[in-house]
Amino acid sequence: MKQEYTITAYTENQVGILNKIAIMFSRRKISLESLNTSPSEVENIYRFTIVVKESESVVKNLVKQIGKIVDVLKVYVNTNDEIIWQQIALYKVPTEIIMKEAKVERLLRAYGANAVVIRNDYTVFESTGQDEEINKLLSELHKYGLIEFVRSSRIAIMKASEGIHKSILELEKNDPTKDPINNEFLSLKSKIFQM
Amino acid sequence: METIKQHTNTKENQKAHQASGSIAVIDALLSENVDTIFGYPGGAIMPIYDALYDYRDKLHHILVRHEQGAIHAAQGYARVSGKTGVVFATSGPGATNLVTGLADAMIDSTPVVCITGQVFAHLLGTDAFQETDIVNITSPVTKWNYQITDANEIPEVLAKAFYIAKSGRPGPVLIDITKNAQLQLFDYNGYKSCIHVRSYRPKPVVKPEYIQAAADLINQAKKPLVVFGQGVILGNAEKEFLQFIEKANLPTAWTIMGMSAIPTDHPLGVGMVGMHGNYGPNYLTNECDVLIAIGMRFDDRVTGRLDKYAKQAKIVHLDIDPAEVDKNVLTTVPVWGDCKETLPLLTALLEPKEHKTWMQEFQDKMQYEKEVLIDKERFPETEELTMGEVLFELNELTHGNAVMVSDVGQHQMVVCRYSKQNQTRSNITSGGLGTMGFALPAAIGAKFGAPERTVVAIMGDGSAQMNLQELGTIMQFQPNVKIIILNNQFLGMVRQWQELFHERRYSFTDITSPDFVQVAKGYHIKGQKVAERSELKKALTEMLASNESYLLEIMVAKEDNVFPMVPQGKGVSEIVLSKDQI
Repeated sequence: MKQEYTITAYTENQVGILNKIAIMFSRRKISLESLNTSPSEVENIYRFTIVVKESESVVKNLVKQIGKIVDVLKVYVNTNDEIIWQQIALYKVPTEIIMKEAKVERLLRAYGANAVVIRNDYTVFESTGQDEEINKLLSELHKYGLIEFVRSSRIAIMKASEGIHKSILELEKNDPTKDPINNEFLSLKSKIFQM
Repeated sequence: METIKQHTNTKENQKAHQASGSIAVIDALLSENVDTIFGYPGGAIMPIYDALYDYRDKLHHILVRHEQGAIHAAQGYARVSGKTGVVFATSGPGATNLVTGLADAMIDSTPVVCITGQVFAHLLGTDAFQETDIVNITSPVTKWNYQITDANEIPEVLAKAFYIAKSGRPGPVLIDITKNAQLQLFDYNGYKSCIHVRSYRPKPVVKPEYIQAAADLINQAKKPLVVFGQGVILGNAEKEFLQFIEKANLPTAWTIMGMSAIPTDHPLGVGMVGMHGNYGPNYLTNECDVLIAIGMRFDDRVTGRLDKYAKQAKIVHLDIDPAEVDKNVLTTVPVWGDCKETLPLLTALLEPKEHKTWMQEFQDKMQYEKEVLIDKERFPETEELTMGEVLFELNELTHGNAVMVSDVGQHQMVVCRYSKQNQTRSNITSGGLGTMGFALPAAIGAKFGAPERTVVAIMGDGSAQMNLQELGTIMQFQPNVKIIILNNQFLGMVRQWQELFHERRYSFTDITSPDFVQVAKGYHIKGQKVAERSELKKALTEMLASNESYLLEIMVAKEDNVFPMVPQGKGVSEIVLSKDQI
């Protein structure tokens, strides 16, 4: 069964990494519902947030393939209940109508929308939320002469995540120059070994 | 490094010295113990070729006749030697000609480093002469690729390239270097090889609980079947693998890519799986109770119809690439890791077993296949020669010690079904991509990678014409390569499908050929043509005895089919042994 999955990929800051991630989807003819790139809490490490509607098995395999891209540090996949997520939307509406119709103002307030720019001819509002609320406000504002609309891609925080800091330390710790591997443990079958 | 310094401005009391980007490239190759480069020069890579000129004694450069030949040669070199193949090509068409070989090396996990020239950095994106966006073109077919626009990046990036190509599950890497970076003088601190990349995990962490679970399953199994792929060879784990199968007497089948990791006549070897593999291992895949897959990836040519593949069996899958686990076949117990490490752990937990009656089932099936099929190909009653008898005759003469390089098509299946191979890294073929034109350049590379071994390239009349220009490379660099063209005057495999599934509508499969012996003669390569059974042995003997390259064109039956066959869309146990069964 297809459902929404949010993929979070931490990457090195490399030119072309966007393409390398994107072709993983296009090769399998999977369209992206949304894609966002942003810095992460660690300097020089980027964070991709990608939303797809797919079946679990497809997403699982896809995520493993993304994880194989050399410049990708870590990939996570979450269902919607495992993340806190938001999007931002901007709406441009004729100022005249807002001034005239008090319900528009009430409407905007109900949706927690804030004015970003107010000019004589138009006003730009922003609202933050999830698809549903944003789409509702959008359809409402259509009735009042909406001039322009744009919605950002999803950004998401994983509820269970401890951030990338720890992982990075772990990945760097595995640098054999700093922590040489001892192959003799191979005969000790009870020990978990790291490469 | 001493020699390098002579060509650069070493400043006294300073570690760094001025060097050009090109010199840094050459130094990287020398430091990585590269001895052979397959390449083709051109405008955008001229500074590197200029630097190479002074090191041509140490870095043996093989000038191919087409860049596709260069990368297939590098693949052949890598596959026989286990070393990383190195390719030079220029920008634009030089680089795009590598794409097929990159895709081939990617799907067959072959370590290759390609260095391509690129236009000056200031011309990038201007549609400059011979400019092409090779990094984006090759992204889906490389394990890693990178464009260098500043010489300062060269040492580190090349070190990373060699590390990534060879480590973990190997693959091709392409490094694109703009001409300005090749020419640029910079403070060179020497080459430091790479042993770690933060964002790259060559091997997953081995989990002992899964090893235990896998061992339990295998110990309980009444009908275990091992199917192994190239992972055993890539992991240099042939010895560990033999210890594993021998401890519990496990019937063992190979994929086309795994072939030769154990001797083909090993008593536990039950043959090849796959569309044209052996009857027993295909059929009994659907009767085993535990299927132990090692370093293989359940390609569709191996599994046939997936929902009819080993449904009754518990699956143990050992692989270094976690993305392969559960990709096509759901695993009961996944054993992630390098099989050189995991196999000994697993072997230690195995209980010695006999599995005699189960093994007997494979032997019975093999006997049946021999009677109804193999013997008829080996000792045909027809006048026409069969591909099979050529292979059996060749086995007698090489004793199974030759490197067999096959192209793609019917002859490839016959080579992989019938050739005897005693030592590992003997079966060089384009398994995953099925690249026609692979064999001739790959055989050239294989000979440079294993000069002490006999290298036999076997091609069909179709595939022979796809990279025939590489006869020029043989003429110039004199690798002693034996070339056999099994000529059935058809694109045989496609014709076979047309016969079986398209009502014999032979749509453009009747291919004409030049007089291959005359073509070889034009390249000063000896050869002869054989059409009679009585001449076959003598001709093969002459070819093998020749102390130089030799081309043997053998006319074989026009409309022979390769059987057994798992028809497309059918399950492996629906394997057929003749066309009447389809």
